[in-house]
Amino acid sequence: MSLANPEAKGISTKQKVALAIGFVGFFILALALLNTGLPNQGLFLTVSLGLITIGTILFANDAYLTKLEGIKNDGVWFKSISSRGVIGWLTGVGLTAFYVVLYFYADLLGLGTNGESNTGLVALFDPLSRLLSGNPASQWFVYGTLYTIAIIAFGYKFILKYRHNRYQQIRTVSVMFFQLGFAFLIPEFMARLNSDTFKLPYYDLKNVWPLNYYNFEQYRIDEFINAGNIGLGLLIFGVASIFIITPILTYKFGKRWYCSWVCGCGGLAETAGDSFRQLSSKKLSAWKLERWLIHTVLVFAVVMTTAVVYTYLGYDPNKYWLTKNVFLMSVAGFLTFIFVGVMIFKRKELGKDARYGAIGYFAVIMLLIGIHVFGDGGKIFFLKAETLRSSYGFMIGSIFSGVIGTGFYPILGNRAWCRFGCPMAAILGFQQRLFSKFRITTNGGQCISCGNCSTYCEMGIDVRAYAQKGENIVRSSCVGCGICSAVCPRGVLKLENDKLDGRISSNEILLGNDVNLMDYVNNK
Amino acid sequence: MEHIVIIGNGISGVTAARHIRKMSDKRITIVSAETDFFFSRTALMYVYMGHMKFEHTQPYENWFWKKNNIELKSGFVDKVDHQSNELIFSTGETMSYDKLIIAVGSKPNKFGWPGQDLDGVMGMYHKQDLENLDKHAPNNKVCKRAVVVGGGLIGIELVEMLHSRGIPVTFLVREESFWNVVLPAGESGMINRHIKNHHIDLRLGMNLKEIISDEHGKAKAVVVQETGEVIDCDVVGLTPGVSPNIDFLKDSGIELGRGVKVNRFLETNIPNVYAIGDCAEQHEAIGLRRPIEAVWYTGRMMGETVAQTICENRVEYKPGHWFNSAKFMDIEYQTYGWVFGQPKEYEQQFHWIHEDDTKCITVSYHKETQEFLGINTFGIRMRHEVFDQWLTEKRDVDYVMQHLAEANFDPEFYKTHETEILSAYKNSQLQTA
Repeated sequence: MSLANPEAKGISTKQKVALAIGFVGFFILALALLNTGLPNQGLFLTVSLGLITIGTILFANDAYLTKLEGIKNDGVWFKSISSRGVIGWLTGVGLTAFYVVLYFYADLLGLGTNGESNTGLVALFDPLSRLLSGNPASQWFVYGTLYTIAIIAFGYKFILKYRHNRYQQIRTVSVMFFQLGFAFLIPEFMARLNSDTFKLPYYDLKNVWPLNYYNFEQYRIDEFINAGNIGLGLLIFGVASIFIITPILTYKFGKRWYCSWVCGCGGLAETAGDSFRQLSSKKLSAWKLERWLIHTVLVFAVVMTTAVVYTYLGYDPNKYWLTKNVFLMSVAGFLTFIFVGVMIFKRKELGKDARYGAIGYFAVIMLLIGIHVFGDGGKIFFLKAETLRSSYGFMIGSIFSGVIGTGFYPILGNRAWCRFGCPMAAILGFQQRLFSKFRITTNGGQCISCGNCSTYCEMGIDVRAYAQKGENIVRSSCVGCGICSAVCPRGVLKLENDKLDGRISSNEILLGNDVNLMDYVNNK
Repeated sequence: MEHIVIIGNGISGVTAARHIRKMSDKRITIVSAETDFFFSRTALMYVYMGHMKFEHTQPYENWFWKKNNIELKSGFVDKVDHQSNELIFSTGETMSYDKLIIAVGSKPNKFGWPGQDLDGVMGMYHKQDLENLDKHAPNNKVCKRAVVVGGGLIGIELVEMLHSRGIPVTFLVREESFWNVVLPAGESGMINRHIKNHHIDLRLGMNLKEIISDEHGKAKAVVVQETGEVIDCDVVGLTPGVSPNIDFLKDSGIELGRGVKVNRFLETNIPNVYAIGDCAEQHEAIGLRRPIEAVWYTGRMMGETVAQTICENRVEYKPGHWFNSAKFMDIEYQTYGWVFGQPKEYEQQFHWIHEDDTKCITVSYHKETQEFLGINTFGIRMRHEVFDQWLTEKRDVDYVMQHLAEANFDPEFYKTHETEILSAYKNSQLQTA
């Protein structure tokens, strides 16, 4: 209908000035990229990042502080940037190009190779890198800095946008804190501890395997072990993160404790990506694709990691107390334990999904047997572990999470990676679905099926489909961002951690219509 | 196979169809002249505001109907011939039925104002109204001012819609305070102030006298009854309520009042013809409810009920405790039980308002028995289930006030107000004692 493209309300003069300030900041980066040989790089870097931040802050102030508190989605589907218009597509292409260069052609950014010093954009970041870690910058340092600036500046914008909603504000402060501290500063400071005799691997402590799929590779394990008690402590923390800490926190709070409060990918999605959340597909077909894709990536990650660890355990049997076969058996044993446990105790909750779980389980076990049978040199079915690792790194680590995951924000929405690809999200989602107190509660019969919740769900969950039936929302993919609850005009949705009884509810007749209500309430 | 035909694809008709399908394999056809697929009428405003696209207002994907074997028929029913169990469409086409459910909803009221049919004058009910509004008020250059007449729920939504596109709005409200036929004075006053805080030109106690036309038959100004003031405008929204959309049933033999007359089983005077939703009128009001209830929730409940009856489980329409919700610009409103704008003679009300002037509650209870009768809550979300239970258990007001925190449904980390409310309540009890 004609509503497709009414003239969006123009931006104010103050907002134009703010945009101009931000663009000057980017212009300095562009000058550096073109190797114009900026003098006093420290000063120019400060000015550039400062202008970008100030521009975003001024823009947000004028956009939100001039209005009363409340939902600020006016014109979202009229603006080119947020409705897959021309500006949206151009932004998508630009971001994608940036990621391709970052991952595969870092020399174009000015990364010094073969011991040469940096030039261009990377060189601009040298002073900051030296200040923090003592080393020259790399393309990853450039990326990390810009990433952190984005989360902080757009986090500020997000906090103003939701200034009536304390859940959103506190959550955003949390992702800003974890990005700045854990992802950015602490690893740089840790690098300062390194000397000729002591070296810790670069470690963002909040990154958990399988998201940091490289955590148990041989060079890192060696570095952990060689770094004495600190290193061993970090290694134990890495293992405990996935096997102990994660299940406990997910049981208590749902996967949101990680995905929308701590995780860096989530942090960027929730702040810089907030304008694109409505672009995620809510079709049933997208959900089907999601389930196959994300679990395939998880299987890939498990098998790849197992094969890699299996391989280096074999190289030097005296170095590691764990032997190849013990390791393989314990992986298989652990998976069997989980699988059997779920089938016995959680069969009912799984419903039809049990079949898919079984398929996944047997696929992994077959592959593990493959490693064992064809295990010479860590091959599974004639594929070397190293080949597996590098193709995982290329396809999942670079293309999926970076190029598609973030580059396609303006096209696929801000959580394409988290939804379709992240193996960590798959594990947490499995725990959330079956072993968690978290749910989104639907408020009796108050839903009017308006669809704001579904539209603004970044994970593409059709929230309304549950709410209009009076059902609670218990979905593995839900990252608990709480926006469905925020945009609901009727106060129908509430994220909460509560008893396991009645967590998954399903009502034929909605509350409000009398079908012996006390029966209904007591049976819940 | 029995053929169930439902006229109207709104929430009532679609709920009936879904439940009949769940319980049976009868042939089901839904007829609509408005849209091909079911959409949420309450969400139309968000399409104009740019929060959603029209397809987002459709709760089911387009394949849903075929997959569930629910036939959709696009067409306008001109006549119902119950003697031959037949519908006659405006095209002359006919369709026969075994059972007919009338779920045709409402149409906007018009009170015979001069100029009410001019171009640029519209209600806000159908999808076509939305398209019309978008044509006449695409932005604040084409529409330099809009006047909205009628201080109810649709009126304030239309105000919010126009405001979202930066269009200056004058809001003519007949009552001395916004929606005070329903809301107690404290709440109504707070909403008045909230509307003005959004820079809406709110005119209380003002009626429309006439709408003035330009030379092309398009509205160019309105005249205010009380003051004679002429307000220039490009769009006039008329939202003085709705009434059942039943003109096509005149002379059909189906008993009509203001709506289609039904008994508690939602049956009309004609066997195998039922009416549900906005267009149904109870012979006698149920409890304190009105005989016609044009509310989303009651439409849905009637759909759930009539589906039982049609599937050989004849049950009465027995709505439980009254509840409703709305949103006034940025302030959410929920109500459970009965709180009257003009308190009944047996009714005592306790009112609390937050100092920021965007949150308040009114609790209604029985003067003598102290029984809790209902609550209105603004800016604080509360749990349907908890109040439903308390109303059923006939809790007294002290119990409710002391346990109010159990009913809180605000998002986590929100500031809570129960302590403050309780101490205000205790003070008010001391004063009345």
